[in-house]
Amino acid sequence: MNTRVNIAGVELKNPVMTASGTFGSGEEYSEFMDLGCLGAVVTKGVANVPWPGNPVPRIAETYGGMLNAIGLQNPGIDVFVRRDIPFLRQFDTKIIVNVCGRTTEDYVEVVERLADQPADLLEINISCPNVKEGGIAFGQDPKAVEAITREVKRHARQPVIMKLSPNVTDITVMAKAAEAGGADALSLINTLTGMKIDIHRRTFALANKTGGLSGPAIKPVAVRMVYQAAQAVRIPIIGMGGIQNGEDAVEFLLAGATAVSVGTASFHNPMAAAETVRGIEDYMRTYGIEDVNQLIGAVR
Amino acid sequence: MTKIREDALVLRQDALLEDVFSLWIQSEAIAAQARAGQFLSLYCREGSRLLPRPISICQIDRERGQIRLVYRTVGAGTREFAACRAGDRIPVLGPLGNGFPEIDKDKSALLLGGGIGIPPMLEAARELACRKTAVLGYRDQMFLKEEFEPFGPVYVSSEDGSFGTRGNVLDAVRENGLTADVILACGPRPMLKAVKEYAAARGIECWLSLEERMACGVGACLACVCQTKDVDGHSNVHNRRVCKDGPVFRAEEVEL
Ligand SMILES: Cc1cc2nc3c(=O)[nH]c(=O)nc-3n(C[C@H](O)[C@H](O)[C@H](O)COP(=O)(O)OP(=O)(O)OC[C@H]3O[C@@H](n4cnc5c(N)ncnc54)[C@H](O)[C@@H]3O)c2cc1C
Ligand SMILES: Cc1cc2nc3c(=O)[nH]c(=O)nc-3n(C[C@H](O)[C@H](O)[C@H](O)COP(=O)(O)O)c2cc1C
Ligand code: FES
Repeated sequence: MNTRVNIAGVELKNPVMTASGTFGSGEEYSEFMDLGCLGAVVTKGVANVPWPGNPVPRIAETYGGMLNAIGLQNPGIDVFVRRDIPFLRQFDTKIIVNVCGRTTEDYVEVVERLADQPADLLEINISCPNVKEGGIAFGQDPKAVEAITREVKRHARQPVIMKLSPNVTDITVMAKAAEAGGADALSLINTLTGMKIDIHRRTFALANKTGGLSGPAIKPVAVRMVYQAAQAVRIPIIGMGGIQNGEDAVEFLLAGATAVSVGTASFHNPMAAAETVRGIEDYMRTYGIEDVNQLIGAVR
Repeated sequence: MTKIREDALVLRQDALLEDVFSLWIQSEAIAAQARAGQFLSLYCREGSRLLPRPISICQIDRERGQIRLVYRTVGAGTREFAACRAGDRIPVLGPLGNGFPEIDKDKSALLLGGGIGIPPMLEAARELACRKTAVLGYRDQMFLKEEFEPFGPVYVSSEDGSFGTRGNVLDAVRENGLTADVILACGPRPMLKAVKEYAAARGIECWLSLEERMACGVGACLACVCQTKDVDGHSNVHNRRVCKDGPVFRAEEVEL
């Protein structure tokens, strides 16, 4: 049985990775599983300088999901390179560094700093406010998506995954823009913008008022967007949004994803990512699938 | 220390008040490692509720491998736990967080608990080797008070004055002229703010157990941060994680 998949020339032992921001840099969850059982660990978004993030409350539970407005708190690339990459190197898994920024220059600085680092892939989170364009997320304007992809690609040593925002009218426009800019792969979906109001306190549940919705509640939206993007581009897609187990993961593979990320599910079950690996294998055994690649995009 | 995730057996559950429950669960592995001031994540069976409910450890029976949790029903999750009976299983993760510091046995400590911040002070009272005085602040109904009595003097306050000092824990501390070398406190944020000021004004060493909304409970997601005076070594910003670096912090260290 083969579970290996290939993303932009990087071979993963299986298609399961962690979703950025839900798994830190793996240290906390290494108490619950051997990180070496995962195809890759995707780290929390890192910027050129430390970001303090948003005030609390930063999260709220919603029906079958949650809202978060962590505000991309991160220690900055210097600490990350010194501490987190050496930690992850101890494990037999691929390292995908998620990058955030407020300007194109911020992203480029991080990407250049990672050039001589043992990171296998870069995942560029473009759901960040573009300060030069009045705070609209890079990921909501196809021209900005193409431009930032091109700029990052010009400076990156590692293959580049562009992580798309689902808060757009037509995901295929953004997927094509990233492909046109030279992206090696796509990740989708990031969180859907939402809001929760505490009716007893008559205030917003999050200090930031709005937050990103994740978890099982968003899975059908994510599967639809992965399917649409897979029809629109040739580059591989990493699918995510509400995956809790192997069966959910297989749904994304069938829709056209080459790999998947497990995010919010880890909060409910710290072993969720490892169990997803086993769940995919169980599915393959049940249906006599020899090679996981046979599942990718099999439903059209 | 390793964190244990298991479906713990419910041994018994008793209502202490209409909305306050005492739950004993069996978990040798957690009981063997746990200490006062740490907490467990409890998970709901109902799949629409994904996030763990953090609940402090109220009592540890290391010999029998049992843990007691005392909690108030405030929403759907805690109501789900309250419906559990002996023989049921509840998914738990723990022990989590740092716990209260040890205090020299020649010293004296004031244990201040406000409302549902009272339960974790019970295991502190049981474990600490120093001289200790408990001050417990209630709204209008008492719970757990007698259980503190074997470990030292106990003072109480009630918001409506129906028993003890009228007011809050600090009013009881003042009214009874209580003092100590160290203060440990758990309770609502306004109480902790007042305790922090009180201790600072008198130069008393003070430790506070904080609450914040949690998603992972293990230090990975950065949901549960508390602002700190200095740049924190892990975050590299003025934030520490309540679930992992806390929930117990030196009062001077945190901005409330
Ligand atoms: C470290 C720590 C220790 C705690 N110890 C105790 C204890 O010993 N006894 C006790 O009764 N309560 C304790 N709490 C509070 C307890 O976690 C909440 O009352 C509980 O999560 C409410 O869940 P619910 O589903 O009933 O309420 P809901 O309001 O329906 O919960 C919705 C969401 O908000 C979260 N939430 C709601 N209130 C709080 C809160 N006060 N703090 C953190 N998250 C909250 C829930 O976990 C859930 O994710 C503690 C909180 C923390 C952070
Ligand atoms: C608490 C939290 C923090 C997140 N942080 C990031 C981040 O730093 N960068 C990023 O690209 N996506 C981030 N995400 C989005 C996830 O990586 C993922 O795209 C999304 O949550 C959907 O997957 P899920 O439903 O499995 O969680 C975060 C999500 C959550 C819940
Ligand atoms: S709840 Fe995730 S870091 Fe504390």
